[in-house]
Amino acid sequence: MSTYANKKGFGATLWDYLTTVDHKKIAILYLISGGLFFVIGGLEAMFIRIQLAIPNNDFVSAGFYNEILTMHGTTMIFLAAMPLVFAVMNAVVPLQIGARDVAFPFLNSLGFWLFFFGGVFLNLSWFLGGAPDAGWTSYASLSLHSEGHGIDFYVLGLQISGFGTLIAGINFLVTIINMRAPGMTYMRMPLFTWSTFVVSALILFAFPPLTVGLVLMMFDRMFGANFFDVAAGGNTIIWEHLFWIFGHPEVYILILPAFGIFSEIFATFSRKRLFGYSSMVFATVLIGFLGFMVWAHHMFTTGLGPIANAIFAVATMAIAVPTGIKIFNWIFTMWGGSVKFTVPMLYAVAFIPTFTMGGVTGIMLASAPADYQYHDSYFVVAHFHYVIVGGVVLGLLAGINFYWPKMFGTMLSEKLGQITFWTFLIGFHLTFFIQHFLGLMGMPRRVFTFLDDQGFNTGNMISTVGAFLMAFGVLVMVINIIITSVKNEKVGNDPWGDGRTLEWAIPSPPPFYNFKQLPLVRGLDPYWVEKMEGKKEMTPAEPLGDIHMPNSSILPLTIASGLFIAAFGALYHMDDKTWTLPIMIVGLLVTFGSMFIRSVKDDHGYHIHKEDLMDDKDKGGKA
Amino acid sequence: MQTDERFTDATWPASPEKATLDGKNKYLGFWLFLGGETVLFASLFATYLALKDKVPNGDAALAKDLFELPLTFVATMLLLTSSLTSVYAMYHMKNNHFKQMQAWLVITVALGFGFLGLEIYEFNHYVHEFHHTFTSSAFGSAFYTLVGFHGGHVAFGLVWIISLMVRNAGRGLNLYNAPKFFVASLYWHFIDVVWVFIFTVVYLMGMVG
Repeated sequence: MSTYANKKGFGATLWDYLTTVDHKKIAILYLISGGLFFVIGGLEAMFIRIQLAIPNNDFVSAGFYNEILTMHGTTMIFLAAMPLVFAVMNAVVPLQIGARDVAFPFLNSLGFWLFFFGGVFLNLSWFLGGAPDAGWTSYASLSLHSEGHGIDFYVLGLQISGFGTLIAGINFLVTIINMRAPGMTYMRMPLFTWSTFVVSALILFAFPPLTVGLVLMMFDRMFGANFFDVAAGGNTIIWEHLFWIFGHPEVYILILPAFGIFSEIFATFSRKRLFGYSSMVFATVLIGFLGFMVWAHHMFTTGLGPIANAIFAVATMAIAVPTGIKIFNWIFTMWGGSVKFTVPMLYAVAFIPTFTMGGVTGIMLASAPADYQYHDSYFVVAHFHYVIVGGVVLGLLAGINFYWPKMFGTMLSEKLGQITFWTFLIGFHLTFFIQHFLGLMGMPRRVFTFLDDQGFNTGNMISTVGAFLMAFGVLVMVINIIITSVKNEKVGNDPWGDGRTLEWAIPSPPPFYNFKQLPLVRGLDPYWVEKMEGKKEMTPAEPLGDIHMPNSSILPLTIASGLFIAAFGALYHMDDKTWTLPIMIVGLLVTFGSMFIRSVKDDHGYHIHKEDLMDDKDKGGKA
Repeated sequence: MQTDERFTDATWPASPEKATLDGKNKYLGFWLFLGGETVLFASLFATYLALKDKVPNGDAALAKDLFELPLTFVATMLLLTSSLTSVYAMYHMKNNHFKQMQAWLVITVALGFGFLGLEIYEFNHYVHEFHHTFTSSAFGSAFYTLVGFHGGHVAFGLVWIISLMVRNAGRGLNLYNAPKFFVASLYWHFIDVVWVFIFTVVYLMGMVG
């Protein structure tokens, strides 16, 4: 049963990835598909900026612009940022806590395939009559009256990928609670693991409201229900609430892992213990908690009344406190450290002022009375791009550069990395800084063009130039990845030389069982602790013995593909086609049939025998 | 550890559902899943409360016209009792009494089918007597979605428990299937708790509110 990797043909490799339950391979699947959707979302952004470069432009039509704008937001949040975050989590968290795999390897794979099929389904809308066009928030009052099937693709695609995210969240929670190596107490967990832990809890409680909102929308559009139809007693505000009860925690779901990545990078390249570790943990948990108390700040102008607005405004501003704690702790980590400006560290240093600016405009938007001025203007667009690109994307780029050698066993080029960094950073500020002022001057968001004499011309042109610079940076990164992969110069356990946590104590990439013997964790930054005592590797916590491994399975893919098939039936149901019901039934049969097979067929996994592990000396993998 | 090995009453652990790492993970993961399910139903309850009695015109039936307590009382009793019998089943599971466990699960499933039958009768009654349908009003949509989601959970639970019983009928209990039975019973309790809230919020408050 064991899959000792010899040279395999393309078909065998493909089958291996389609059926894999190994967290490291699933990380690569998330990275590839997330990267692909990131490029698609980026192209959509370029179309937006080209259209808005000059006044009265007709590069795209108004209707097509709505579709591009909607798909840019939806793709970037759900199909690029989320999976890239999961890629880093999958690659790193089990290694950081000293585990051989996640708690539910099968579900880990299922989570990926659900996300993947959901994302593909959503993007097929481009070829099947038009993409969704009601914005990524898809407010019901607008989306119920959207012609064609765009919104239906949105509703069904996000439901499928949302299930995947929920499953991934539960998986990481259980992994972190149950699978930590001996000595890895909660307060010795690396900050990235802590942020994954908190984020997984946010996912668990934030995604069900989205699912409910999407189900209600599906019922309204496809099955004749009246949740949002005011004429039949419905209420469109319900969608706004459900969407933002999910939507606000979602932004913390994205930013907290970035915070975690930066915390690792600051400590590593300042060659100094993270300043204020316990206050960092506290701040992470507090941000996660407060993240659920603030959703209505997206709805200040909906008319909930002054009391509701005041409460949500104060709660929103309160989040600045734990975030401020983090910013100061990062600065103090660098203070007095022996700082090495590698590419990941450059991103980390640039992140501090960039994200702080996004935070400050966040406080401005949190003042409910002032928000009536900012609402639905480019000021909001500038704000959320400063936190999402300036926070999440910089974090992901830093994390991908930082963990690339651990995932693939080879280092990305520092020189090309620096070109990417500078062009992306300058391009970013060029694109979005000016948008604050465009917004304050009165340019509304989500419009497909503007008139000549409104004073928006220069600002929009600068913004478009910046966007091209960002695209150039991403292009250089792709070239960097290709060159690095072709050269494929292998590196050792700790290629940065200053690794502090467990993942740097094992080979790059790690053997499929991660740790030959589970490591004994003797303090915060366990690998650093051992290094400071002059040791080269971790102290094992157990004698060498048989290792239990999970079996690969194709069932996650078939479960997810069943929902993909059924979604087509649901989508065309409202067109009164005769084949829609059979398609729905067939799809659900595939899904539930696969689940049934999974339930009744015993899967005990297999064991790698001690003797095989002893033969495996060259591959290291010793704790 | 060989999870499919046979146990005697003497060697059977006190908490077989948590005796292996696999079992511990399932146990915790399922509790967390139920946490997410709680938020799911909370969202549906909130939607229902916002749309209760919201109908397009004066002819449409309202909550106080529709609900009848005797029927709901019988349904509630069936489901609450089935939760009790699933506790008995788990008691026997913990004592390695496979036959008794199966027997109590059969009773649990029978009660569950009774509940589901009453719910189908009830829905049918509303549709034909009151023209209160899924598409007739926002109230109808919200009512059938909330109660129907619960009913769907009951149906899924029944299929799940029956599959487990049939699959393991020939081989008895071991540390591989004990967590599966336990987790299914947790799910069944959760369905029961949700129904208590539906009974209160939808039916009792519908009669008096």
